[in-house]
Amino acid sequence: MSDAESPATTEPTDPTREHETDFDPVSVFDGDETMDLRPGADNCYKCSVCDTACPVAEVDDDFPGPKFQGPEQWRLKRKDGGEIDDSIMSCSNCMRCDDACPSGVPLSQMHNTARGEYVDEQMDKLSREYVRNRILANYGTLARLGSKVPRLTNLVMGNSLVQKINEKVLGIPSERDFPAFASQTFREWWHERGGANVENEDKRIAYFHGCYSNYNTPEVAKALVRVFESFGYEVVVPRQRCSGTPMFANGMLDDAERAAGVNVGEFSDLLEAGYDVVASCTSCSMSLRQEYPELFELSGIEEVAANTYEALEYLRIHEDVRGALDDASVDDQALAYHAPCHARNQGLDRQAVELFRDLDGVLIEDVGDSCSGISGTYGWKEEKYETSMKIGEEMFEHMRDATGEVGMTECPTCSMQMEHGTGYDIKHPLQLLEEALC
Amino acid sequence: MPIREDVLVVGGGIAGTTAALAAAETGAEVRLLSHKKSTLRQASGLIDVLGAVGGDGPIADPFEAIERLPDDHPYRVVGAESIHDGLRFFDDVAGDVYAGGHTDRNALVLTHGGTIKPTARYPESVAPGLASAAADTLLVGFAGLTDFDAPVAADHLAATGVPFEIDGVTVRFPIEFRDDARTTRLAKALDADEDRVRKRLTDAIDAAETDLDYDRVGFPAMLGDDHAAAVRDELADRLGAAVFEIPTGPPSLLGLQLEELLFDALDDAGVRISAGNPAVGYEAADGRLESVTVDRRGQAVPYHAAEVVLATGGLVGKGIDSDRESVTEPIFDCHVPHPSDRYAWSEDDAFGDHAFARFGVVPDDDLRPTDDAAEPHFENLRAAGGVLGGADVAREKSAAGVSLATGAYAGRRAGEEAT
Ligand SMILES: Cc1cc2nc3c(=O)[nH]c(=O)nc-3n(C[C@H](O)[C@H](O)[C@H](O)COP(=O)(O)OP(=O)(O)OC[C@H]3O[C@@H](n4cnc5c(N)ncnc54)[C@H](O)[C@@H]3O)c2cc1C
Ligand code: SF4
Ligand code: SF4
Repeated sequence: MSDAESPATTEPTDPTREHETDFDPVSVFDGDETMDLRPGADNCYKCSVCDTACPVAEVDDDFPGPKFQGPEQWRLKRKDGGEIDDSIMSCSNCMRCDDACPSGVPLSQMHNTARGEYVDEQMDKLSREYVRNRILANYGTLARLGSKVPRLTNLVMGNSLVQKINEKVLGIPSERDFPAFASQTFREWWHERGGANVENEDKRIAYFHGCYSNYNTPEVAKALVRVFESFGYEVVVPRQRCSGTPMFANGMLDDAERAAGVNVGEFSDLLEAGYDVVASCTSCSMSLRQEYPELFELSGIEEVAANTYEALEYLRIHEDVRGALDDASVDDQALAYHAPCHARNQGLDRQAVELFRDLDGVLIEDVGDSCSGISGTYGWKEEKYETSMKIGEEMFEHMRDATGEVGMTECPTCSMQMEHGTGYDIKHPLQLLEEALC
Repeated sequence: MPIREDVLVVGGGIAGTTAALAAAETGAEVRLLSHKKSTLRQASGLIDVLGAVGGDGPIADPFEAIERLPDDHPYRVVGAESIHDGLRFFDDVAGDVYAGGHTDRNALVLTHGGTIKPTARYPESVAPGLASAAADTLLVGFAGLTDFDAPVAADHLAATGVPFEIDGVTVRFPIEFRDDARTTRLAKALDADEDRVRKRLTDAIDAAETDLDYDRVGFPAMLGDDHAAAVRDELADRLGAAVFEIPTGPPSLLGLQLEELLFDALDDAGVRISAGNPAVGYEAADGRLESVTVDRRGQAVPYHAAEVVLATGGLVGKGIDSDRESVTEPIFDCHVPHPSDRYAWSEDDAFGDHAFARFGVVPDDDLRPTDDAAEPHFENLRAAGGVLGGADVAREKSAAGVSLATGAYAGRRAGEEAT
């Protein structure tokens, strides 16, 4: 049906013909009692707009795309029962399809659910792929061990023989350098510092730092603390586990639910004491505010979701950040900014450029709306490495074209990919705020 | 307060982007808020101004026909001057990528379904295919791409009495993709000339069965992306005929292209953009809006502004909401008149004169939505595009034109008031 053509095209849906069918709720995938994605699937009118937004489908001809993974697979499954197509493991969980669908189909929720079932019921638990994915998904645990002896771990992981073994035995591409562990984790620093420097009953946040800024880039976490304290906030750093992002992406929903249980428990107690939850990683904030309530039923989960913010977002809502930056300046620098897909999903993809483009000393360019291609653990898989780099090529090119030779992004894995593809150093927006304000 | 601009535009379609550009032109600080990416990815990419009045068409000169529209039609409210203004913004944005700006008169474009449609602006790649040119035409469809059936479209067009010979053939796209391959994928293959696909495609057309000695060849709009002009040139060269594109249904590459043009223009104009979350409510005092409330995954975030433009589209764009009982404007709860008897909303004839097609907010002469006593809801709220009532844009073929004209007017007025 053409939309270019006369009547049926721009014609609005006849409101009198809507909502004619009342359906009884059925479970979308077998063995799942809580979720009914059926009305969502019925919303799909097959316009394929989601497919045009999918970065994996763009470079991988064998990947059937989100329309198939979501609504179509669900329809097939309801009709014939049957298995989840293994292509679900090629979806990187970037969630761009969610954003693109004009009809509100909960695509990423469908993908997460399907992937969970696929891994649970169809994947060989002794297979190399499963073991590797389980390790990658539980990066936090790995990092906890590794950071106990950071120098040794960095040395071993950087060893080319070990990298070859990783590739051969585990399927982790040897092209990738393991991110170096910091010699002191953020939490160690926090305790050494004696915790917060500011007390304030009216302005207080509970910081969700996630794994990466704790073990690998504590300078980002420290910047958050200093910036929030400069605005007069009391910061607490509660006990926490991984946000679950890498677990969703690998279909390890049980692992994710356990971690979510800890996080929701810790943070919902703090909400009652007047704290808001603030994250420095856009995938962590995405996970707490969207994926948790979509996938799990835990007491307090809705409240945590409704009170979680990304750091810059939070400051922009509550403080006059633009005003504060008006009088500030930093050393001259040119930055090539990449918006992570998960920032885009929360409507945060423009805030860094918007805020910093008027800051004295800064030249900041947005390198466009392509996906970096790493999508968390995705680019860490041997069989996905090539796809991951192909997706990233557009971003690399735009970074090379930009004036700056320092990258900027909110997402730790995007920053790994940016560094991997260009060799640039990568900054977090909070670090620039720290330079300007502290 | 933190997030604050002179003008806040709600909606990222043609109306919203035009309003934001017009407001920025007055020197105001502008933010555009849009929930979904935009409906443009579904739209054909054509800019219709006015193709029919009261079911009579096609109209040759839209400007001449405006006075035949009902008094409450948005064109009558803002006047021909605003239509010209809207088109001026559009022509600036589109540059060489679009054609049609040389005249006030409508062009006749071939559609996907084999009809002819009067339109004011059309992508330059569509231009060689106008129905007014007496050039014998071959339409080419691809097997598997079911939504364009070239032989059927050619038959339909022949039956409407076009002033040239026309035939249609279906060929296999030279590279095997999955059955449901996306149009973007085919476009990419042509863009990069993967496996010499351009040459192989023209070989397939040469081998296809037609008796027609054609002067031009029309394809569904997927001839390349970044290198589209090169793709068309090479195909034309090899076929020894002009090559043109026919606008397609969603997902529409021409719609996508238009979206990119508009958003690049917003960037150039310094407009701030917040996309991904819906506006859900407002705060007001003394008859003026103080802020619009945005729902960011559960959090209510206020966006402050001196002037607000509502450009959330009609029933399709979700600017107007309906259930069995009533029709509403969900953000500001503006008054939307509609018969209480819901059977009066539509006609039995699918293409008839449906009341619901004209549902929308009722503006005063400054495009401010009014309440049931004809007073403005808020002094500083204006509306533009599909959310306005009084136009049946599908039947009139005036959708983009109404959005351009009212967007240009509302944006300019908001900017003037705010600065
Ligand atoms: C399938 C299709 C085919 C079309 N073909 C043609 C054609 O051939 N010729 C032609 O001239 N026109 C065509 N159009 C019409 C044209 O593209 C526009 O839809 C029309 O001009 C109305 O534009 P608009 O800007 O008012 O609204 P829309 O384009 O509907 O945009 C509304 C915007 O508002 C946003 N929005 C809605 N609610 C909220 C909210 N609560 N908070 C924040 N943002 C919100 C939406 O996300 C969207 O970005 C077509 C439209 C469609 C859907
Ligand atoms: S989540 Fe990303 S990779 Fe997965 S189907 Fe959606 S757009 Fe494609
Ligand atoms: S964008 Fe939404 S409605 Fe369109 S095909 Fe994808 S899921 Fe279906």
